[in-house]
Amino acid sequence: MSAAEPLPPTVTLASLHPGDAATLAAIHTDDALYQRLLALGFRSGKLVQVIRRASFGGPLQVRIGTTDILLRRAEAEKITVQQP
Amino acid sequence: MKRIALLGMPNTGKSTLFNRMTGGAARVGNWPGITVELLTGKILLGANMVEIIDLPGIYDLHGFSEDEQVVRHFLHDNVPDLALIVLNATQIERQLSLLLQLKQLNLNMVVLLNMADEAKKFGITIDSAKMSESLGIPIFQMSAKYGTGYPEALHAATRALRYPTPRMAEQLRAQLEQDDHIESEMARVLQHSVQVPARMPDNLTTRLDQLMLHPWLGLPIFFGIMYLLFQGIFLFGQPLQAGVNTAFGWLREAAVAPLFSGLPPTLQGLLLDGVYNGVATVAAFVPIIVLFFLFMAIVEDTGYLSRAAFLMDALMAKMGLDGRSFVMLLMGFGCNVPALMGTRVMRSRSLRMLSMLVIPFSLCSARLQVFVFVSAALFSPQAAPLALFSLYLFSFAAAIVTALLFKGQFPNNEPFVLELPPYRFPTGRQMVMRGWHEVTHFLRRATQFIVAGVVLVWLLTHLPASATPAGSDTFAGIIGGWLHPLFAPIGITPELTIALIFGFVAKEIVIGSLAVIYGLSGEALSGALAQQLDWVQAYSFMLFTLIYTPCLSAIATLRSESRNMGFTLFAIGWSLVLAWAVSFTFYQGARWLGY
Repeated sequence: MSAAEPLPPTVTLASLHPGDAATLAAIHTDDALYQRLLALGFRSGKLVQVIRRASFGGPLQVRIGTTDILLRRAEAEKITVQQP
Repeated sequence: MKRIALLGMPNTGKSTLFNRMTGGAARVGNWPGITVELLTGKILLGANMVEIIDLPGIYDLHGFSEDEQVVRHFLHDNVPDLALIVLNATQIERQLSLLLQLKQLNLNMVVLLNMADEAKKFGITIDSAKMSESLGIPIFQMSAKYGTGYPEALHAATRALRYPTPRMAEQLRAQLEQDDHIESEMARVLQHSVQVPARMPDNLTTRLDQLMLHPWLGLPIFFGIMYLLFQGIFLFGQPLQAGVNTAFGWLREAAVAPLFSGLPPTLQGLLLDGVYNGVATVAAFVPIIVLFFLFMAIVEDTGYLSRAAFLMDALMAKMGLDGRSFVMLLMGFGCNVPALMGTRVMRSRSLRMLSMLVIPFSLCSARLQVFVFVSAALFSPQAAPLALFSLYLFSFAAAIVTALLFKGQFPNNEPFVLELPPYRFPTGRQMVMRGWHEVTHFLRRATQFIVAGVVLVWLLTHLPASATPAGSDTFAGIIGGWLHPLFAPIGITPELTIALIFGFVAKEIVIGSLAVIYGLSGEALSGALAQQLDWVQAYSFMLFTLIYTPCLSAIATLRSESRNMGFTLFAIGWSLVLAWAVSFTFYQGARWLGY
């Protein structure tokens, strides 16, 4: 779905720990979710910060700009980021 | 008449603005997706009457969920004379994308950067004049909640209405495929007009969430809050309800009974013991309803619902549901109908259906009335609030069991992605509006169903004329006798059976019917119940009332939202079976243990 080929070293958003920040590289989801993520501010090059993870394998809370978003780990695995 | 449509992303304050413009009472809340249908209101703008339309929020014009389709179809079929685009000023960086998409439709539009007060607190500065210039659209900053900047915005809308209405392009979607172009355009506009601090200041939301969303404390805090809320409703509401009941009793003796004294005895009985007693008993719950919805309004407006979704999503996922389904269960505590409609934000039909199957188990405010009354009558003042809270736990348990049993039939892999808004607090005006709205809603139901219901109960318990009132030879007695073999094993008496039959129409009628069946109201009715039932029977009755069949309005909503009669019948049938099984297990178990 995304235009840019990820440059190494990329990891998935799901692998980040609370407090980690990284640059969004690419989104590999179906079209419907891709559109929703774009509207929520997930665009390549943006800084994304993991705020916390819910217990029992629950969702992640991430921050992009001034928006906080909850998303499941399954979705976070489809988003790649580059750590500084 | 000219038409103005309010458009924007979810949770940007469109309904708050709508209420401000029209004086209306659209339900508002700090939850993306609280509005899922069109609302309209008429106001005088300049010299003309115009129609204001509040639309559900949309993230983009490609959206696939049912609430978003509502908006797309609306725009395609009825081009508004003016579109008021409401954007959250705090999130202008990303919400600009929707504006740029909408701009391609050549709508006549005015942009309102709402929540300007919040943006200022975050240290975000927006040069709306510069932004307006680079986009070629009038742009205003305002706060729909507090009203700052509102007069200017309204003035601009009045002016913009003079322009001719544009025509909608034939191929709405085809125009929207070039998002790359939007990205560079966003960068260009933002660069010169918006400044956002590199790091968000450590605000109240961040600090509160450290506690509320704590890995171990989050869930206990959630249940603690729920417990305190329901405890509060019982402690404050029950005496108010009893007080109003006494007042109605006094009014009956002082004014209503003398007024009807000239009428024939049968008609007098119907009017006094039927209509007056029944309606007064139900109307005595108005204070509890108001109190309950004030609490609900606070919970909804603060943004805690999204936190509940975060905390519960992992558990809900195991039941084939998600955090949003849990939030709908919580909203169902008010009334199941809007909660059922709230599932429109889900894209997967299976997820929607499974959520709609469990929402009717949510202990709505109508059932709350029955439980407050019965538990106050049968339990000690210390035990009654606990009994009430335990019913909320049973309400969750019924939903969980149902979801676990049927998740195989409704498989879905809908992604869970949800915005977490900052904490906000409702204004006094918003809370009064909400309380008032719920009272009128309740009174409308009262006049529709409750009067008819109690009259019917009175007739059933007094006909045929030869029978002793409320005796076993009346129609009600005969029906109760037929159903007795079914209800005796769960400890429910023939009188209660009749009340349950009418509870199918609306749960509010249950207590009203009991008032009519016993020919008593208020404390006298509580006394009669306490004499006839023990706590095991009463609790079994409450469990059955909690789980058995959604009310008529909820069934109609299930039918219209699912567009599937089979599914609706299944939802009713399953709830009846589950109710009986739970009450049976409880009643026989308690008896076996010697209670």
